[in-house]
Amino acid sequence: MAGLSTQIAIVAYHQSDCVAHAGAANEVELIMPQLRAVFDQVGLANAQDVDFVCSGSCDYLQGAAFAFVAGVDALGAVPPIRESHVEMDAAWALYEAVLKIRMGHARSALVYGFGKSSTGELPTVLSQQLDPYYLAPLWVDTVSLAAMQARLLLDRQLITERDMAAVVSRSRKNAMANPHAQLSGEISVDELLEAESLVAPLRKSDCSPVADGAAAVIICTVEQARQWRVPYALISGIDHRIETHNLGMRDLTDSVSTRQSACSAGYRDGPLDVAELYAPFSHQEIILSRALSLDAGTCINPSGGVLAGNLMMASGLARIGEVFNRVVTGEARRGLAHATSGPCLQHNLVAVLESA
Amino acid sequence: MSQETDLITDIEAPVYLSYNFTAGRAPTRFLTQVKKGVLTGQRCPDCANVYIPPRGSCPACGVATQEEVVLPDKATVQSFTIVSIPIPNNPIQPPFVIANLVLDGANIAFIHLLSECENEQVHIGQRVQAVWKPEQEWDYALDNIRYFKPINETDVPVAMIGRVPVAGWEG
Repeated sequence: MAGLSTQIAIVAYHQSDCVAHAGAANEVELIMPQLRAVFDQVGLANAQDVDFVCSGSCDYLQGAAFAFVAGVDALGAVPPIRESHVEMDAAWALYEAVLKIRMGHARSALVYGFGKSSTGELPTVLSQQLDPYYLAPLWVDTVSLAAMQARLLLDRQLITERDMAAVVSRSRKNAMANPHAQLSGEISVDELLEAESLVAPLRKSDCSPVADGAAAVIICTVEQARQWRVPYALISGIDHRIETHNLGMRDLTDSVSTRQSACSAGYRDGPLDVAELYAPFSHQEIILSRALSLDAGTCINPSGGVLAGNLMMASGLARIGEVFNRVVTGEARRGLAHATSGPCLQHNLVAVLESA
Repeated sequence: MSQETDLITDIEAPVYLSYNFTAGRAPTRFLTQVKKGVLTGQRCPDCANVYIPPRGSCPACGVATQEEVVLPDKATVQSFTIVSIPIPNNPIQPPFVIANLVLDGANIAFIHLLSECENEQVHIGQRVQAVWKPEQEWDYALDNIRYFKPINETDVPVAMIGRVPVAGWEG
């Protein structure tokens, strides 16, 4: 019987490589291989074998109206299926799917996200998500906003540029074990600090690279997971909070919405072995880990995080997938996945995953 | 003391975003062929339906379509409408006919224009053929075909529309 207490499991995850330019591939061609991979992990034919499908994407990224509708061509939607879409990162599509299952309207769901950001100028495209009267006409891009946030942290001596470079250095090192990463390798803090600034005080390495690609997840009730006879991780909690549009009203050196979401998702109910944080800029990883008071017992961004490759509209879902992978393989018993949306960490989602 | 201010009815906030848009791998292959005057569909490995123009997947089965099938330029009218009102910015003057056409050897219709016909005589099952622009004008576009025109072949019964073999219709 479904209800608010229904236990929900993640049973499959796959993401594409993060590539700077996916060439001629359209949305269907980006999505289809990831869907095939998750269907194969569970032994399903296509989207007819799940009760619900939800995707996350933003047509502004590739500049194609109704690209998200065209994406349905990847599903096998004949006869018609129950499908929904969020104009957000697919982590929020997963949230919608969780609600759908808890309401008893589905037992299983396919969730996917995709983005082809290389066709446009991503930081400028994202300026159009700002308040339409005061900010969007100024064309304030996401990198500039993040730079102002970093300046606040540096000026208040909450961080140093060396701290930021240390985040990047660890990201690149961890990404060496991530076959889908775009940027990886051994690079020291000193080497990183030698580079000129891009948008001061940010260096290019402090900003996540723009990548094309897609990711997919299958979730279901625990009963369904057992019936499918596949390994699974439990979503023990999930919640999200959004902060005001007005950047002047926010404390940009903290992430209150992340902390609230995490508390509501019950992240303090046990030790966290791993945390995958969606921090598109190096200083934001520090904000997030401090907002959550993560200590040395939690391995942060073992995948390298999005500084190693950022699939807009799929990276949040991929954070959940990365924690899922580690819980299912036994590498971690309990982990936290975080997704963000909007400028300077405006909107945040936290999911807590546990071994079954 | 409140002072009456002018009501702001609009503000100017233009949006300019430039993109290097790509059609997709499958559409790119199709458009490259159509520039040479060749119509190329793709067959679904599961249900065997042939799609033209292809998008790279069978939307019914949700699988990638790889096998390419060269199709002739003869087709059957699956449905049509006679447009009697001018459409803004459309250079074609009404009345004109828009039809859902299925090429021989294909299973799914695409939309194109019908001309060189009595509009009132157009009917479902009617056989038509492409009228191409001169070869030197061919581009990466489906309007390399100006329109389709009726040909003197027996009508295709409704049940057979979308099932005509690539070799053509013998009635």
